[in-house]
Amino acid sequence: MAEQGRGEQNQRESESASNDGISEPNETFPATGATDRGDGLKNELDDLLDEIDEVLETNAEEFVKSYIQKGGE
Amino acid sequence: MPVPKTLGIETEYGIVHRGVADPNPISASSLLINAYLSRRAEPGAGLGAPRVGWDFIDESPAVDARGISAIGAMAPEIETHLVNAVLTNGARYYVDHAHPELSTPECADALSIVLQDRAAERIVVESMEAANAVLPVGQELVVYKNNSDGKGNSYGCHENYLMDRATPFGRIVQHATTHFVTRQIFTGAGKLGCEMPFRDRTQVGFQLTQRADFFEEEVGLETTLKRPIINTRDEPHADPVSYRRLHVIVGDANLCEVATFLKVGTTALVLAMVEEDLIDQRLAVVDPVRSLQAVSWDLSLSTPLDLADGRQATAVEVQWELLAAAQNYLETRGAALVGGPVAFEVIRRWERVLEGLESDPESLDGQVDWITKRRMIEGFRERHGLDPSDVKLAALDLQYHDLRPHRSLFARLGAETLVTPEEVQRATSVAPKDTRAYFRGQCLARWPEKIVAANWDSMVFEADGKQLRRIPMMEPCRGTEKHVGTLLDTCETVEDLFDRLSAGE
Repeated sequence: MAEQGRGEQNQRESESASNDGISEPNETFPATGATDRGDGLKNELDDLLDEIDEVLETNAEEFVKSYIQKGGE
Repeated sequence: MPVPKTLGIETEYGIVHRGVADPNPISASSLLINAYLSRRAEPGAGLGAPRVGWDFIDESPAVDARGISAIGAMAPEIETHLVNAVLTNGARYYVDHAHPELSTPECADALSIVLQDRAAERIVVESMEAANAVLPVGQELVVYKNNSDGKGNSYGCHENYLMDRATPFGRIVQHATTHFVTRQIFTGAGKLGCEMPFRDRTQVGFQLTQRADFFEEEVGLETTLKRPIINTRDEPHADPVSYRRLHVIVGDANLCEVATFLKVGTTALVLAMVEEDLIDQRLAVVDPVRSLQAVSWDLSLSTPLDLADGRQATAVEVQWELLAAAQNYLETRGAALVGGPVAFEVIRRWERVLEGLESDPESLDGQVDWITKRRMIEGFRERHGLDPSDVKLAALDLQYHDLRPHRSLFARLGAETLVTPEEVQRATSVAPKDTRAYFRGQCLARWPEKIVAANWDSMVFEADGKQLRRIPMMEPCRGTEKHVGTLLDTCETVEDLFDRLSAGE
């Protein structure tokens, strides 16, 4: 059974992103004892976020506002 | 009689024309596709897109599977004047209202669908490159593989499954609905915010699917208004006495290959079981529309759904029951009608994804889109200390689906792959061997100048001078390499082909 509240939004606001590779217990997706894997994932996510920063649309507000798709199906 | 689950996916892509004051999505879509067709028609460009038109003779999107015509139902219209091409891989590439759309060729199993779905993306990427090469400096076409603009407008990723005409439609409705409501836990592409009419956007933070907010009915013919979970369009594109094509409009377009594989593979198994009436009648969701949204809005996957027998079960629990039935189906009936050996891989991954969802959803990063996307968005939010309503997060959500290789966020997330880039490139021009798409693709590759028009169930050739001759292809499982490979290999001309077919081959 899924745990109650596992995916609740906004629970992790106090948990700041850390670059030291030591991951706190993740409330959104509780780890199941796989600490090594968790650390690997955390590092991988950090690398990924570095990359993402480089390719993001520069004007997020304008980008989101202008993305309108009418008609279809 | 149960029939092989021949499959296909139609994807409508989001399109943006940048650098113009008043962008027109219809002309942008036409430009995108025409640029691709022109590039592929250049000398030395190889196979892919002969200038052959689509034949609308058998299109009847307003025919209702329930055998009635609902009063006030809006029959979808077909716009015949827009770009419509058929490719040598057996796919159809066209403008549908205000979107570019690509329908994969008919596939015999879920892995073949993954390959063709990826090939469709590759075709779109090539189309963007071709279009942007001819656009003035400062202009650009950008294509997105998603299903919502975040402002209440949705466009579809439809699945198609060949079914036995004799199966009572009501039985299909009951069991397919149960699957569609609950499979969202691994098929959802993820979305920030709520787009249900008259609801506040912030009512939902992040949800599993792009599409659930847009469904208002259980069963119906429409695809754009009052969307139904079960669409009744009765257009088999095959012998209508033997077959039905279940047209599924409720799913999301997936970027994760594993998600596409599971979406189509599990549904084919469920529908095969429906044909043989192997699913417990009691496994039915009481209020499907409300449940569809409840499942999509609950990231904890713990919402109890009311079932017909008075029980309550979560989506995961319902999926475990369907999986158990599917395992039993394979043991007793074999896999011949559900994709052969690939069906066993579907079962293996189905079990793994349910285990993962129960114990450690993050372990499904790179396999399930909503988990993959959410992890990226949450990671970004934490790193930059952003408010959940920050527009940068909505931009990330959209850009996850950007198909430009250098801008796609999904492409950077290291998702698990089931097919290689080389296989995908090949599949942009070569049809599957194990459905009638093989015959269509081979004819288009061999005799493009002799083909006047093509569609799903026939091709029109110009033979013996000016005479037009139609070859019907009413059996989706015939016209395979096994069936016609030798015949085609020994025909030099279209006239040879007709001579041999007339002789009864």
